[in-house]
Amino acid sequence: MEAGTPQLVKLEDLHVPGQLSGRKHILSILVENKPGVLARIAGLFSRRGFNIDTLAVGPTDDPSISRITLTLDGAVHPIDQVTKQLHKLVNVLKIRDMEPEETVAREMAMFKVSSSVESRAEIIQFAEIFRAKVIDVSRRTMTIEVTGSADKIEAFERMLRPHGLIEMVRTGEIAIARGGD
Amino acid sequence: MRAADALMESLKAEGVEHIFGIPGGANLPTYDALVDADFRHIQVRHEQGGGHAAEGYAKASGRVGVAFATSGPGATNLVTAIADAMMDSVPTVFVTGQVRTELIGTDGFQEADILGATLPFVKHSFQVTDPRQIPEYVHEAFHVASTGRPGPVLLDVPQDLSRADIDYAPRTEPVELAGYKPASGGNLKQVRIAAKALANARRPILYTGGGVVNANASEELREFATSDRFPVTSTLMGLGSFPASHEQWLGMLGMHGTVTANWAMDNADLIVAIGARFDDRITGKLAEFAPHAKIIHLDIDPAEISKNVGAHIPIVGDAKLVLPELTREYRALQTDPSRLDAWWKQLTGWQDEHPLHYEPAKDSEIKPQFMIEAMHRATKGDAIVTSDVGQHQMWAAQYYGFEKPRRWINSGGLGTMGFGLPAAVGAKVACPDDDVVCLAGDGSLIMNCQELATCVSEEIPVKVFLMNNGYMGMVRQWQELFWDRRYSAVAMGPSPDWVKLAEAFGATGIRCEDSADLEETMATALETDGPVLLDVRVTQEENCYPMIPPGQAARDMVEDPKMVS
Repeated sequence: MEAGTPQLVKLEDLHVPGQLSGRKHILSILVENKPGVLARIAGLFSRRGFNIDTLAVGPTDDPSISRITLTLDGAVHPIDQVTKQLHKLVNVLKIRDMEPEETVAREMAMFKVSSSVESRAEIIQFAEIFRAKVIDVSRRTMTIEVTGSADKIEAFERMLRPHGLIEMVRTGEIAIARGGD
Repeated sequence: MRAADALMESLKAEGVEHIFGIPGGANLPTYDALVDADFRHIQVRHEQGGGHAAEGYAKASGRVGVAFATSGPGATNLVTAIADAMMDSVPTVFVTGQVRTELIGTDGFQEADILGATLPFVKHSFQVTDPRQIPEYVHEAFHVASTGRPGPVLLDVPQDLSRADIDYAPRTEPVELAGYKPASGGNLKQVRIAAKALANARRPILYTGGGVVNANASEELREFATSDRFPVTSTLMGLGSFPASHEQWLGMLGMHGTVTANWAMDNADLIVAIGARFDDRITGKLAEFAPHAKIIHLDIDPAEISKNVGAHIPIVGDAKLVLPELTREYRALQTDPSRLDAWWKQLTGWQDEHPLHYEPAKDSEIKPQFMIEAMHRATKGDAIVTSDVGQHQMWAAQYYGFEKPRRWINSGGLGTMGFGLPAAVGAKVACPDDDVVCLAGDGSLIMNCQELATCVSEEIPVKVFLMNNGYMGMVRQWQELFWDRRYSAVAMGPSPDWVKLAEAFGATGIRCEDSADLEETMATALETDGPVLLDVRVTQEENCYPMIPPGQAARDMVEDPKMVS
């Protein structure tokens, strides 16, 4: 056979796929519920220079397995390399890079805002629009709970901020795949 | 059964015969159990030595090396060896004592969070929280350490738990870990694409690494390389997996590799990386690395693929299984062997014009490169050579000419000075019938010279060939070349008197200062019973060339001091 016949692979046709996706990724990671697992994951991220944006840890329906949901920026970090490094941890059972179109993601946040008698009505109105709940009230403050996507929570924060945001607590996103699988 | 005895039974079940270590308070139960267990325990003189001995044992034999240490300082003394084993993928299991469970977290005497301290450097680790876990964890530790990409596993055993009584039954089923599935055979479709790309390559090169040694795939590599006339180069860690005397061998690549190997990478149109990880000492300036080449990357660790250099054709798998597939697929394409003629003409041209060379001494002075050549002749090129880290290591890699795998044992990734002597202890225990030579540097040897006592007391006849230039030579070389010759803390001074030191330990000490005597003195050292330290006084300020200056590209390689700017 002549070298260069069509059935061979032309070197100039070979390409390396891009490493950076340019978007936010939500990784849903199932890990064994054992001491030190979170330290292993956190340590891996810090020593490889990967920056976690949000992190949520909780139980699953199986008490021996926990779920870690973390978000990170695919414009800065090669997600493929991150997941491959995570897979090397023996306590990591499964990693899912959640596809945005096929994922429902939610985060909860609590906002404590200063609220005078005059501003209270407006704040409650904002809360209704965002389907948020007032969960605590004092003479000078209100505390509001809101659930939604990170974008929604950030939008709500922008509305409240002019009233004087005293404190904000966010859980970090958790996510689940849409439909059945 | 006492849990410490179950620990011994489990180690035995894993085929362990040799253990390196030191007892202390927290691992007293383990050492008590050791009295009745049928192991050869080598009582090292420092835990770091025990750790490197376990590594040397593993590298020479391919079996899992085992080291014991007590809690606190015993365990922290192991950390360098654990990190070293991680960087060089050495199958090792480290068993540390830990303070009693009720003391954990209280800053108890000799307490150190060794699990936490070693997290970045272990393939996996376990802390026993229930004595019944001990046998299970031992088997899991050996499974993880020895399969896939090998590495160190730490098992931390609190003192009270190893004294507890447990039911022990030998394990019969193989270990299954839900989160650990090492790769085996490669994806055949990818292998076919790789073969078809190779068939189209005009300037291919095989760039092989320590993974070939770990996979025991030297024969498979040779079959593949000779399925055509593929030129072969290797990293420091892969030396010996392809015979240095073979006509397709280009020599080592990288910072102190041969001109031909580096220029070949720089000019290649297709690089086949096999069990190698594109370390910065190989690539030099990453942006200018192998600018014309497409990359086929075969590795058992998927995370290595496209980590530093993007792979055009990734193949995840065990080289021992994948290389025969690749060879078969490539042969089936029946390529025209003459298409590599032009490439070989260029390669042999470079080899003729730019061989490894040094200026021979005009008098009786011993040139360091000459020392390696003499060592090759005295050992008939067939010794297991361990080395420390520095110039002597690079000269050995350049001039010894390794023909077989597991004959060259050194610290490549971490670059641990003081590795050579304890590694030689481990290698000699693993391979008692082979000559084991520790090629040491004087800066390095002093760092673990206490293991000469181990050699004498445990009757381990290691031969130390000390390349004594009175400096930490590689650091001195960098200060000379890149820091205006402002020498800073690199001279070793007159201490110690190595011959007397060897004699104080009960070993034989010999000095050689004349090149005419060197080979014969080396032969004498090899024939002398027991451990020997041969203090060879070499040229003091010799530099190691060729060299790719740090942060530069392969084509910037310099062969001569006058070229360094």
